[in-house]
This record gives sequence, structure tokens and C-alpha cells, in this order.
Amino acid sequence: MRAALIRYSPLLILAVAWQVTSHFEFVSSSALPPLTDIGRAFIDLVKSGDLQKNAAPSLYRGGVGLLLAIGFGTIVGIAMAWWKPVNVVVGPLVEAFYPMPKSALIPVTVIWLGFGDGSKILLIFLGCMLPVIIGAYNGARSTEQVLVWSARSMGAGRLRMMWDVVIPSALPEILNGIRTALALAFILMVTSELIVAREGLGNLIGFLGANGSYAAMYAVVLTVAFMGFAADRIYQLAAQRALAWREAALS
Amino acid sequence: MSAVSDPRNPVVRIVWATCSFVAHTASIFALLVAWELFARSGKVTMFMLPPFSAVAERIWSDAVGGKLWMDLGLTLYRTFVGFSLACVIGVVLGTAMARTRLARWFFDPIISIGFPMPKVVFLPVVILWLGVFDVSKIAMVTVEAVFPVVTATVLGIQGVGHELIWSARNMGAKDRELLWQVLLPAALPQVMTGVQVALPVALIVAIFTEMAMGGFGIGGVMMQASRFADSRGVFAGIVEIAIVGYCLVQALAFVRRRLLRWHQEAHAPSTV
Repeated sequence: MRAALIRYSPLLILAVAWQVTSHFEFVSSSALPPLTDIGRAFIDLVKSGDLQKNAAPSLYRGGVGLLLAIGFGTIVGIAMAWWKPVNVVVGPLVEAFYPMPKSALIPVTVIWLGFGDGSKILLIFLGCMLPVIIGAYNGARSTEQVLVWSARSMGAGRLRMMWDVVIPSALPEILNGIRTALALAFILMVTSELIVAREGLGNLIGFLGANGSYAAMYAVVLTVAFMGFAADRIYQLAAQRALAWREAALS
Repeated sequence: MSAVSDPRNPVVRIVWATCSFVAHTASIFALLVAWELFARSGKVTMFMLPPFSAVAERIWSDAVGGKLWMDLGLTLYRTFVGFSLACVIGVVLGTAMARTRLARWFFDPIISIGFPMPKVVFLPVVILWLGVFDVSKIAMVTVEAVFPVVTATVLGIQGVGHELIWSARNMGAKDRELLWQVLLPAALPQVMTGVQVALPVALIVAIFTEMAMGGFGIGGVMMQASRFADSRGVFAGIVEIAIVGYCLVQALAFVRRRLLRWHQEAHAPSTV
């Protein structure tokens, strides 16, 4: 408890500094509203239901896009590592599209699927797929040959070997790729909603900012930032759980 | 066999390089041809998917007219200024965090909370503070790109072996010499990895801020084209950005190979 307090005290110091700065109006209170105002605006947003109403579509888009990317990306990544022809065809495409800024695809997904959920899900899917593919590919490629040979000699078929040997041994890298994808999903969700959307958290931020209700805008910004942070922490705990057998086997 | 793989024979080398280049780019060419055929098949409208030839023509006319270079220059200027600031700040902060307890105590929770956050949501706040011109765009790029560099530098410097540090101390190295001649070079592979992660991030954020704020730059032009339902302009922007991103990443990989020529990784087969 005390250790945690010391560890996180810098954040407390920052918060106090923020409150003092805006309370005594060292900077204009519209540029930096006091934390207490932001807290009040947050409670108002929750009470009026605006926050929940906009959070639901955002999380739906992010979740669906990310899940599709994880499913598809894992399969493609493992296929690339295991069947040479797949690698020859897909490899250069992945290499060419990986460094491409995914936010550039926002106008195209809008042209294809309009302003609704579809275009955001497609964007998140496309953006998150590449880190998952690369993680799965690197993981599956470095499966130890000894394990593969033993499984084969014990009579495992191709699919069975995939499920029992390749996926478990590639799991750390796959999970790492998914972590990158998770962060990317939040970024793409907010950016696409900020630029083109009728609802969603990104849209709410833009709307409040344009209306000049800056305390409420800060409240939503901090909420989204905290959601991203919380999602990452929860994911890491889950990933540790999923890899617990590995630690036990290694130690 | 030995004649084919003999690296000293220039003819063999050229043929070999051409073959691997063709094999490497074949699927990209196939994709472009498929795009062209599909767009011309009449199953989709010109608006949904203009043929690649039309997009290439648009890029060509923009390039000849000079408009492309101005927009590209602006985008790259914002990316590079933000990226360079992020590298300098990241390495300095990371070194300070790895070497002094006070800096680590203060910045560690901030970094560990800030890294997984989607920092692009702070865009409206940054606009409020710094306006809609270059400064706010560059600030966003720096903020988003600095985190991978800081964490990589901290890990890199903390991972330098004690034997190295003790030997340097033993031979009378001062703090400054230790930093420049031992710690930073030994941490360079990891720092470079962080920098390599930060570059595409910087480009993404630069394009995004241009889209969100409008104006010139590739992102702004694409957004404008999208508003006017000019899908050739949108696709032209995507192709340009894809090429630029690819070139930047390859260039940085080249810099890494140059800088780390002395390191053992240069002799190991590359994994990426």
C-alpha cells in the first residue's frame, strides 16, 4: 500500500499542480479547467447518459474490429509460417502495408461503407490485422523443430500439431502482437470518430470542443485515455494468466 | 551450385538480385493488376474504386504541377521535426530515468500510464493551447512518438552488463565518458528498435492531425478530396502515403545496419 503510494505520488503531485495552476488562473481556465470542474462535468455527462450512449457504439466498433483482426490475423500469420506459397504471396503485401499510416484509409472506408459502424469496423480490422499477423508469423516460425518432430513421431496429424504444438509455442508472440493491436484499435476508433461520425466518444469530444464546453471535453478525453490504459492493464493480466503454464514449465 | 552462389561474380549477383526483386514484388504487381481489372470490370463504380491507371495519372499530374511536392514536403516536415524532437527527448529522458533515481521515481508512473493511452484524444486540447497550425501538429507527433523511444532507452541502458560498466570505471572513465562511450553505444540496438517503432507512429499522427485540422499536407488534401467526392484524389493520397511510409521504414532499417555495423546482430541473419 505504502509502496504503491510512493510509486504513484508523482501523479498526485501533477494533479495538485494542475488544480493550483487553474484555480489561481495562471493559465486561462478554458484552456485548463480545474480538475474539480472536470469531475463535475463527468458526473453530469454520466447522469444525462451522454457518455454511456456514445461509449456503447465506440466500444462495439473497437471490439468487433479487434476480434475480427485477431481471428483473421492469427490464421494468416500461422499459415504464412507453415505454407511457403502463402508466405510468397502474402509476405510482400504485409511488408508493404505495415508501415502505411492506417489513418489514411479513413476516407476510403467512408467511400465504401458510409458514415456508420461498418466503415469504422473495417478500418480497425485492417489496422489491427497487421501487428497480429506479424506476431503470429514470428511466433509460429520460431517453433522449435524438436517439438515438431516429437509430435510427428508420436503420430500427430497436421491440424492436431498446429493446435497442440505450434499455437502454444507461438502464444507469447501472438499475445504481444495483439497488445499492439489493442492500443491501435483505440487510436483508430477515436481518430475515425473525430473525423467522420455521428456518434461515438471521438465524436462527442469533437462536439464538446466545438461548443466550447471544455471541462466536459476534458472529462471525455480523460475517460477515453483511462479506458485505453485500463484495457491494456486488463489485457496484460489476462495474457499472464494465459502464459502461466509456460512460467511453471520453465522454472 | 558454387558458381551460382559465388558473391564475387558481378553478373551472377545482378541476376540474383533481379530474380529476388521480381519474386518479392510479384504479389504487389498482381495486386495492382487485380485492382485495375476489378475497377474496369463494371462491378463497382468509378467513385467506389477508380482504376489504378487513373490514380497513377492523377499522381503524375500532381507531381508535374508541383502540388504533390508541396503537400508531401509539408507532411514530411511535420513528421520529421516531431520525430526528431521525440528521439532527442526520448533518449535524454530515458537515460535520465535509467541513471538517476529521482527521474525514475517521477517519470516512471507517468510513462507507464501514458504509454498505453490513446494520446490522439488530446488533439482538441492541444488545438486549444497551440492553435491549428504547425506547432500543434508537431506537438502531437512528438507526444505520440516519444513513448516508444523512452521505454526502449530505459530498457537498453538498464540492460548494459555490469562488467562493461565496472571495466570502464576501473580504467578511469568519468561519468560523461561512461555515458558516451559505454552506455549509449551498448544500448544503441534497443534504442534503434524504439526509434524504428516511433517513425511509423509519427507518420500516422502527422497524417491524422492534417486530416482533423484540414489545410495543406497529404492528409488535409485527402480529406478535402473526400468531402468533394473526388475519390481519385483520395486513392492518390493513399498510394503516395503507402510509398512514402515504405521508403521511410526501409531507410531507417538501412541507417540501423550502418550504425550497428560493429554489433553482432549485423552478422546474424535478419529476422524481419
